Amino acid sequence: MSTYSLSDGIATDAARSGSRSRDLLDRLWHAGPGIAAAIAWVAFGLSCLLWEDLGDWSRTHSLGIGAFVIAALAFFGTLSADFLGKAGTALRQRAPWLLVLGLLLTLWEVATAKFAWLPLPFFPPPQAIIEVYTDDLPKLLDSVFASVKLQLGGYVIGAAVGFLTGVSIGWSRSVGYWVHPVLRFIGPLPATAWLPIAFFAFPSSWSASTFLIALATAFPVTVLTWSGVASVSNAYYDVARTLGAGPSFLVLKVAIPAALPHVFVGLFMGLGSSFAVLVVAEMIGVKAGLGWYLQWAQGWAAYANMYAALIVMSLLCSGAITLLFKVRDRLLVWQKGVVKW
Amino acid sequence: MVVQAVVELISYRSVGATLDIESVSHSFDIDGVELPVLDDISLSVEPGEFVALLGPSGCGKSTLLRLIAGLDRPSSGSLREDDIRIKGPRPSRVVVFQDPTLFPWRSVWDNVALGLEAQGILKSQRQRVDAALDLVGLTAFRNAYPHQLSGGMAQRVALARALVNDPKVLVLDEPLGKLDSLTRITMQAEISALWQRKRFTTLLVTHDAEEALFLANRVIVLSDRPARIKADIAVERPYPRHRGDPYLSDLRKQILGLLGLDATW
Repeated sequence: MSTYSLSDGIATDAARSGSRSRDLLDRLWHAGPGIAAAIAWVAFGLSCLLWEDLGDWSRTHSLGIGAFVIAALAFFGTLSADFLGKAGTALRQRAPWLLVLGLLLTLWEVATAKFAWLPLPFFPPPQAIIEVYTDDLPKLLDSVFASVKLQLGGYVIGAAVGFLTGVSIGWSRSVGYWVHPVLRFIGPLPATAWLPIAFFAFPSSWSASTFLIALATAFPVTVLTWSGVASVSNAYYDVARTLGAGPSFLVLKVAIPAALPHVFVGLFMGLGSSFAVLVVAEMIGVKAGLGWYLQWAQGWAAYANMYAALIVMSLLCSGAITLLFKVRDRLLVWQKGVVKW
Repeated sequence: MVVQAVVELISYRSVGATLDIESVSHSFDIDGVELPVLDDISLSVEPGEFVALLGPSGCGKSTLLRLIAGLDRPSSGSLREDDIRIKGPRPSRVVVFQDPTLFPWRSVWDNVALGLEAQGILKSQRQRVDAALDLVGLTAFRNAYPHQLSGGMAQRVALARALVNDPKVLVLDEPLGKLDSLTRITMQAEISALWQRKRFTTLLVTHDAEEALFLANRVIVLSDRPARIKADIAVERPYPRHRGDPYLSDLRKQILGLLGLDATW
């Protein structure tokens, strides 16, 4: 009797401790990337503070402290992820990225500011870029504002013109007869090829750039809207007509909604090509905006400013595309299986 | 409120229209070659009659329906609805096609509302949409999108979209052709019940002799292309009908014989 109970006790004890250690392993497995990320950011902070800078940068110390703060947030956030709800799961999902980012920053810091493995003026350290954001902020913000204004104006005009042209070509044979050859002749020409003409034909460099951005946007939007309207199944028109629909209903409530998925592809492509025109136009003609800032920074060999502006530019472009996709997802909820951005 | 709307919809006297088809011929122009599809079709349909057009696949049945719907004009001959020449589509003559062709960007409710919206009377007549959805039993799916529906449900929505207009003539172009056999049997009974209640003039194109005999007062048998009327058979049996009725079986045998399919019987 007693032996049985003894062995039973041992067995269950072993099982319990086994499950407990498995539990711990499980937790470590989940928290592992977060803790590793914290360590990587500590390493980044240490790499900032341990050695003397080779150049003269004023933000090295603050950057190091900032890295420790992020490391602490990652560490405690990971450990208490279960109690943080959505933020906790988000942190857990992004922990591997945080880890890689910390490692890359450490490498960048060491390779530039500390040992200059990469030639110095051309490859500024992270603290130099932070310095740009803090010390040159007003100029950078002005540039952002100018770029957004120019881009938005040109894009909206181009998208509206492209959409209307596309619907008209797709709907009306006689409009198609006149517009189609013009579109074929002018459309494929890169909008930047118009730069020299545009800058003397328009009263200001700003209006010339707006025109070019609109042109770059309008071509893909026109072609895709047109193909969208042209590919609407005749069955939809038949149904609407037997139900008493007139021509305006057929255009507004049948052709256009059916073509919208195509239109958004056109808007997306137009956004991409208009970014290219924006930057070139700002570099060559307009004396404002991020493209101009890049050019100006290069002229002064202010490489940190160039990288800083590039990062901002990338965030803006990506943000614009994200916004476009959000609008599309809202308008096209009825579609299934669409690409996520 | 919905119940009241249904009562209103049912009590609304929708007496069907007369259809007169007079020596209609039609041909298509395919790469310069003239292809005749309808050859001198004459047919007169009484108000409230249920006529089935039966013929081999590709014989031109659907073309005849498109002419009746006013979607195409005949090469020669004339079609009249209540003695008025058919010149274009009108919501009093609604078609339910083989594919439900629901608008994928509209919810079920908005799809059913299409006709009233196109005629600009939706604002004052919203209850008719609710009633039509109730009639086909899809009130619970009013906010669903077409891609979320099964084939049978989609075809029911298409039926509701037609019925909401209170048609005088309902044109059914093989509406059950793509459904599975069980859904098909259910929907045949539903269509029959709807027609008995409202008595709109109904034209059904089908290549299923049993379906034609189960539903119609009259079965018109068409020949191969170009379609001519081979036989005009009255089905004198009260509703609701039974599929196993020996009278219907005899007629079916006769019809299959006309279509040259005796051997398979």
